[in-house]
Amino acid sequence: MNEPTGLAVTSDHRDTAGSSEEPPPDQTLAPAEVAGRSPTQLAWRRFRRDRTGVISGAVVLLFFLAGLGAPVIAALYGKDPYTTYGQNQPGLLNEFGYPAKPNGGIDGQFWLGLEPSLGRDVFTQLLYGIRTSLLISLAVVLIITTLGVLIGVVAGYTGRWVDFGVGRVIDVVLSFPSTLFFIAFIPVIQSLFVPPDQETPTWLRATTVILVLSAFGWAQIARLMRGQVLSLREREYIEAARIAGAGPGRIIRAELLPNLWTPILVSVSMTVPTYVTTEAALSFLGVGMVEPTPDWGRMIHRGAEVYSADLSYMLAPGLAMLVFVIAFNLLGDSVRDALDPRAHR
Amino acid sequence: MPEHHTAPLLEVAGLHKHFPIRGGLLTRRTGAVRAVDGVDFSIEAGRSLGLVGESGCGKSTTGRLVARLLEPTGGAVRYRGEDIAHASRRELAPVRAEIQMIFQDPYSSLNPRQTVGTIVGAPLAIRRTGTASARRARVRELLATVGLNPEHYNRFPHEFSGGQRQRIGIARALALEPKLIVADEPVSALDVSIQAQIVNLLQQVQRDLGIAFLFIAHDLAIVRHFSHRVAVMYLGRIVELADRAELYGDPRHPYTKALLSAVPEPDLGTGDGEAQGRNRIRLSGDVPTPVDPPSGCRFRTRCPSAQAICGTTEPPLLPVPTATGQHLVACHFAEPLPAAA
Repeated sequence: MNEPTGLAVTSDHRDTAGSSEEPPPDQTLAPAEVAGRSPTQLAWRRFRRDRTGVISGAVVLLFFLAGLGAPVIAALYGKDPYTTYGQNQPGLLNEFGYPAKPNGGIDGQFWLGLEPSLGRDVFTQLLYGIRTSLLISLAVVLIITTLGVLIGVVAGYTGRWVDFGVGRVIDVVLSFPSTLFFIAFIPVIQSLFVPPDQETPTWLRATTVILVLSAFGWAQIARLMRGQVLSLREREYIEAARIAGAGPGRIIRAELLPNLWTPILVSVSMTVPTYVTTEAALSFLGVGMVEPTPDWGRMIHRGAEVYSADLSYMLAPGLAMLVFVIAFNLLGDSVRDALDPRAHR
Repeated sequence: MPEHHTAPLLEVAGLHKHFPIRGGLLTRRTGAVRAVDGVDFSIEAGRSLGLVGESGCGKSTTGRLVARLLEPTGGAVRYRGEDIAHASRRELAPVRAEIQMIFQDPYSSLNPRQTVGTIVGAPLAIRRTGTASARRARVRELLATVGLNPEHYNRFPHEFSGGQRQRIGIARALALEPKLIVADEPVSALDVSIQAQIVNLLQQVQRDLGIAFLFIAHDLAIVRHFSHRVAVMYLGRIVELADRAELYGDPRHPYTKALLSAVPEPDLGTGDGEAQGRNRIRLSGDVPTPVDPPSGCRFRTRCPSAQAICGTTEPPLLPVPTATGQHLVACHFAEPLPAAA
């Protein structure tokens, strides 16, 4: 019988997960070592070595904790985003409605100051605003990723007229001026559900925004997935699975999907900041969340109204969003580099 | 060598595969790539047929048609007398276990996200043969058969060299105890030093397990070590098919002669054929497009001895009288002509 050890000499690394820093496999020296490192484990090791990625990941995690844990933090902090502290307690706002203390009224009691005229607490407003924006954009990303992966994989794997039909639909959706559509149609859709003389409930506003954003968002990831599947479909291991008798279900589940997690993860990490800013933009333009629901974009909108007199009210949500988007994009880059070290360098 | 006429394990008759070329706005069909255009051969149980040709001649397509990864546009693929050319996935299921395939590229033939154990055990898992622990034991056994350490069960493909990866692919092909293996250029992606090891392994597997092989290669030298019979393909058709000794010792088709003269072997021509062996036949030009193959004999555009008849009549694949029997050639001038040499 041939000795496999002789082959280990010619181990060239043309493989997908191999990177330069990875030590060469030495089967000759350690034959007893049983488990190898999976591509996922290798990616995690690469990610941990990427300092930018780890730091931006921590920042993003902080935002998620702050947003999702907003009620807890607010309870510990002892305030809520709705109470008009400035109007209830005299002396906090001056006669023009602006915070009496410098820097927007920042002090030990109100960590990020007070909102002009209404006198609400900025810190809890920001926490809850992050929460609203994050939840809405995460819901959108979840929906469009599921939908996009499903449609893209089916179109790419089935091919022929299914692919043709789906491809044309994607073309149409992507060529739509989506921002204009959002502004024009979100009020229209809301009025379908709510009579004009009634207030639109907050959950309905959120649902409408999520649905309308999802209706346009899936096309991008569906196209990405279709392309990935088209290239993966031709790999010989797919043919090997077919020869072994595997049906389309098993091929998609066991052979294709594990290889699609990389582009899916990269796409998610790139689209979350996009939808956070899109949601904020819609609220800024007045078609997303409205008073009194705390929202990142609505805070910036309010900040833009008062910035000439009280810059600090604009700075808090603005800087927070800037940091969040930059950190998330850097995280996305690091995730991509870790999962696919040869791409886009 | 006596001729024994048992029913062949695999019989391919008049096999065609035309890939449509679509174009225009409404995806009209504008033409077809005639990748395989009328191919006949048969393989007996436990024997191996080498299929040789330049890239683009349709040899890999033929292999994929036999393994039914592609559906033929015409002709029959009879496995144990049963035509599987248009069988559905359900009808194919029992045959699929017996016809397996070894792929060309050891880098794309193994799923990078699966462990070696999962890859080799996949055919067993798909067919739900035995318990999980029985399957695991079988995979370890298979890994040992192909000369890999069974301890590598939980490793991932990227940790192996090209030759080792090809061994994993061979182990996977052996998992269902097939009767026929289609080996699609199994060594052409490997280092020359590794090629011999893999060919030896395949040879050993063939001898020990009695598996028939359709061995596809672009290299006559590799096939020579492996095949009982050899078929030479050109532009979607077989131009010469003979026993190994016949084909290498007494090639009749000018294309085969040209291919053989390109193999750098010092002992190619023995005895009377020595002068012919030394003469390097250089083919000019490229392979014509399979979309619109030449009229008559397909090789005539590059043939050094083409005559007027070659442009009008396509030569059929016919037996020529030789010492050992079966020798099929598709050439108008297949009879030994001193002038042709």
